[in-house]
Amino acid sequence: MTMREILTVLESDAHASVERIATLTGLDEAAVREQIAAWEASGVIRRYKTVVDWDRFGDERVTAFVDVTVAPERGRGFDDVAERIARFREIRNVHLVSGAQDLRVEVEGASMKEVADFVAQKLSGIDRVTATDTHFLLRRYKDDGQLLTDPEPDQRLAVSP
Amino acid sequence: MPPLKPFSEIVRAVPPSGIRKFFDLAQGMQGVISLGVGEPDFPTPWSAREAAIHALEHGATTYTSNSGLLALREAVCTDLADRYGVRYRAEDECLITSGVSEGLDLTLRALLNPGDEVIVPEPCYVAYAPCVAFAGGTPVPVALDPAEAYRLDPVRIGAAVTERTKAVLFGSPSNPTGSAQSASDLAAMAALAVSHDLWLLSDEIYDRLTYHGTHTPASAAPGAWERTVLLGGFSKSYAMTGWRVGYVCAPEPLAQLMHRIHQYTMLCAPHMSQVAALEAMRTAQDDVEEMVADYDRRRRLFAKGLDELGLTCPEPGGAFYVFPSIRSTGMTSQEFAEGLLEQEKVAVVPGDVFGPSGDGHVRCSYATALPQLEQALERIARFIA
Repeated sequence: MTMREILTVLESDAHASVERIATLTGLDEAAVREQIAAWEASGVIRRYKTVVDWDRFGDERVTAFVDVTVAPERGRGFDDVAERIARFREIRNVHLVSGAQDLRVEVEGASMKEVADFVAQKLSGIDRVTATDTHFLLRRYKDDGQLLTDPEPDQRLAVSP
Repeated sequence: MPPLKPFSEIVRAVPPSGIRKFFDLAQGMQGVISLGVGEPDFPTPWSAREAAIHALEHGATTYTSNSGLLALREAVCTDLADRYGVRYRAEDECLITSGVSEGLDLTLRALLNPGDEVIVPEPCYVAYAPCVAFAGGTPVPVALDPAEAYRLDPVRIGAAVTERTKAVLFGSPSNPTGSAQSASDLAAMAALAVSHDLWLLSDEIYDRLTYHGTHTPASAAPGAWERTVLLGGFSKSYAMTGWRVGYVCAPEPLAQLMHRIHQYTMLCAPHMSQVAALEAMRTAQDDVEEMVADYDRRRRLFAKGLDELGLTCPEPGGAFYVFPSIRSTGMTSQEFAEGLLEQEKVAVVPGDVFGPSGDGHVRCSYATALPQLEQALERIARFIA
């Protein structure tokens, strides 16, 4: 049994108590508490997050994936522009990717207009951003490793040998 | 209606499975948490399902060779050699069957003459004794000791050997007890088998579901290989119960006799299932490891919960069952299981269906999501309060 198991449990249930984690992993409670504190301090555990289905709550949110073409800066590559983009509140994710475009970013807003305005007025106006290609998200099927489709029904018999 | 000649005496003498009654009781009820299920709650890994769909679209709807797809037999034999160091030739010592159930039937029919005795340590899987009887043999039950974690005790088993004894039939890890036999106990069984010229019929369907180190196959014990039949499959490890595909590995002379029965009866395991099993072996190892890790967490939580309720059990080392004693409640297994189902809607299987020494115990399967296991523990607590 490795300490890694603690992270496996926490990753699927950030709410899990030290006692519960100790039961599930077979580790000592004190050891679990100590290890979690160490990971919180060192940044292995970044934060505890709740996955909210905002659609189900009734919030309308609009997401777009924007492919951004950037003219890299001598000596700094894409870092300056990427960091500048990442600071906007509307930006959920920023990744440098291979292929025809350079950065793939995720933009979130309350409406299509809000996202479109952000892309047109903020994102594409940033120095060294030479082009943007916006894809509005239509439907999520799997998010963060989690299937969002209805679970398959349990077809097992109630009692079997 | 004119009179009919009587049916088979052998079959009529075998009682129906005691599990059936609980199935009937539980099936009609709403809101039941079932700990009575003998199969994984995970669906088959998608890569295997997708491969089977593709195979169906491309014509894998025919018979395969009687022995099964050579690629699958090779994958099975390579895996057994790499994982456990036991070697079988894919060509003539390995046969793909419709699950361990068929493999067991073939083994017993190829091995037994009328009146041959097969020692069946119990509590054990419900089909062992009936399959021995169907093959014309006589099952000889030997009770294992919960205080010894149901280990195969060569003294108890040796005491049941007669000149008619042909084999010992056991499962490790075990349904229903969850016990996994140690290498040293298996070595002692092998020594017993050598000294009395017995076969070891080893049901290893739960081989990947072990929680204290790697599984030990019976055929790995010194002197055991040439008198051991290894029965394995995909149902539990790869969550493929409904596909009906397993394998049997045995020394060539016995394997050929099994092959003879199989070619006249089953012909071959389902083609598309064999394709799915091969794909599972190739690409679903991470899925297996995740499932095993998940079972292990549930096992800890559930065994601890039962222990806190005073329903003690030896720590289960494999499969996905715990087999706690319910003697502290003063009830029989049947009373406990019926009462728990009626009052608290939790389905468990009374231990006596797995053999007379299983009375005073119930089988609980933890192949159920954690929140349901926790709720089941609360209900059991209320029931015995």
